[in-house]
Amino acid sequence: MKFVSAIIKPFKLDEVREALSAIGVQGITVTEVKGFGRQKGHTELYRGAEYVVDFLPKVKLEVAIDDAMLDRVVEAIEKSAATGKIGDGKIFVFNLEQVTRIRTGETGSEAL
Amino acid sequence: MRKILSILALVGVLGFGATAQVYADESATTTDAAVVATPEAAAPAPVESAPVAAVEAPAAPAAAPACGDKGFDCNKGDTTWMIIATVLVTLMAIPGLGLFYGGLVRQKNMLSVLMQTFVIFSLMAVLWTIYGYSVAFTGGSPYFGGLGKAFLAGITPSSPAATFSKGTYIPEYLFVAFQLTFAAITPALIIGAFAERMKFSAVLVFMVIWFTFAYLPMAHMVWYWDGPDAITTAESLNTVVANAGWLWGKGALDFAGGTVVHINAGVAGLVACIVLGKRIGYGKEAMAPHSLTLTMVGASLLWVGWFGFNAGSNLEANGYAGLAFINTMIATGAATLSWMFVEWFGKSKPSMLGAVSGAVAGLVAITPACGFVGPMGAIVIGFLVSPICYFFVAKVKYMLGYDDALDVFGVHAVGGIFGALATGVFVNPALGGAGVVDYVTNGVAAYDFTAQMTAQITAVVTAIVLSAVVSFIALKVVDLLIGIRVSEESEREGLDTTEHGERAYHS
Repeated sequence: MKFVSAIIKPFKLDEVREALSAIGVQGITVTEVKGFGRQKGHTELYRGAEYVVDFLPKVKLEVAIDDAMLDRVVEAIEKSAATGKIGDGKIFVFNLEQVTRIRTGETGSEAL
Repeated sequence: MRKILSILALVGVLGFGATAQVYADESATTTDAAVVATPEAAAPAPVESAPVAAVEAPAAPAAAPACGDKGFDCNKGDTTWMIIATVLVTLMAIPGLGLFYGGLVRQKNMLSVLMQTFVIFSLMAVLWTIYGYSVAFTGGSPYFGGLGKAFLAGITPSSPAATFSKGTYIPEYLFVAFQLTFAAITPALIIGAFAERMKFSAVLVFMVIWFTFAYLPMAHMVWYWDGPDAITTAESLNTVVANAGWLWGKGALDFAGGTVVHINAGVAGLVACIVLGKRIGYGKEAMAPHSLTLTMVGASLLWVGWFGFNAGSNLEANGYAGLAFINTMIATGAATLSWMFVEWFGKSKPSMLGAVSGAVAGLVAITPACGFVGPMGAIVIGFLVSPICYFFVAKVKYMLGYDDALDVFGVHAVGGIFGALATGVFVNPALGGAGVVDYVTNGVAAYDFTAQMTAQITAVVTAIVLSAVVSFIALKVVDLLIGIRVSEESEREGLDTTEHGERAYHS
């Protein structure tokens, strides 16, 4: 099993969700996050007071999947989240050791 | 506990002082008291002696004029307009000013700002009726009125208050209420300068002192006079000038409160932010406004309410109210545009905060001028005020290093000074101004640039000096009594939880 964590531009969230649903992903967890990468922050000016904003708002989405789906999931996120401009985000893939569905107590692939 | 006691002591001293003077005053003017003693004027406790005095008084003297008497027309149109105008000024203060300022502070101090505006408004409303109205709007000296109308003594529903037209009056209760809203919003303007760091108790005590010794004398000096009906001949004009407030007598023009309200509050703000010192982290940490949406809502309510403030200051629903109304509309529009262009052509973007700051600067600048200048003069005033205020809030403040948190000095004092001086220029009928009414000839008085500007400058300087001195002394006194600044810990934590025990937002 794999655990995919992707940082994307917030306004791309809907497209990514649709792309993942289309290939049969059963569930996604979404978090609003802030961070920086190669995309620089920006400055804000309030009546002459300048503030540098280093951390930009992003969305982090997390998906737990079977090994077999990994390539399709990564491809779906990559395609749907891309704008071609700096700041599109990253996709991280982890090995997933154990999953338990709390309601039924099922574990492993059954629980995904 | 000691804190509370010292507050009570101070309020008590002020209250008792006023009461004692009222008793003294009453014995001196028993005949006046007789007028109050109508059966329906359920006298408040402190004036209980009045009905007794009335019984003992010999044949009632010539009754005070009442609305509806010959020459004292109180019509329903003017009365209605003044009720609306008073409500509009209340709208400016709460919620307008509260939201405008509230959006500009950090989230952790939102409630402290809302609370300060709301409570100051309420406190001043009470003080105004106890002694404020009397000190501002009764005769006495040219600098400070008397206490003859303390506790609103002698005012009944049929008491007339003069307007700017001969023979036209409005009910005095409404005049009291309308002026009350001015007295209540002015101290609330100051809080923007020391936002995010002053103790709530200290704010209240400071405001009581400042209201008494800076606002009331200024209102008296600029606005107190016997009314147009007292002027019929050149001699009677001299009598009116002798009885009037000092700056009124000098011929200083201030239609709706450039000196009394804006310069007065703006200078107090500057002194307060210097005496209190900078906020912790000022210049190092981000102190960006937490909600420009609420700031825009607040500024818009200010603009709408300002029609009551400016056009209401005409006291009648007539052509001059129309003039003040249109001027308030277009000067504000012009100032919004010019602030935006200053930012846009400079190194920044046209910002929402810039637009609303320009609008407020325009409203401030047109306030003293609105009933005197023509619409084109108003546009010029609006276009010019924003670059000047921008220079102060975006440059001078950082060069000099004072922490006027929400730019009370940069917008209200600077805009007020510019407006007061511009009034003296654009009142000139040759520049499209409406001129100054000459109540002797009942026409428009001849315009004299030097004389008018001398009067305007005298008023500006008086407001600056009076407010600065009173504010400085008041802050020092409050600091000795209860301390003016919150602890470093509460400042970092935010005043909402540490001073008020609540949080503005739960997420």
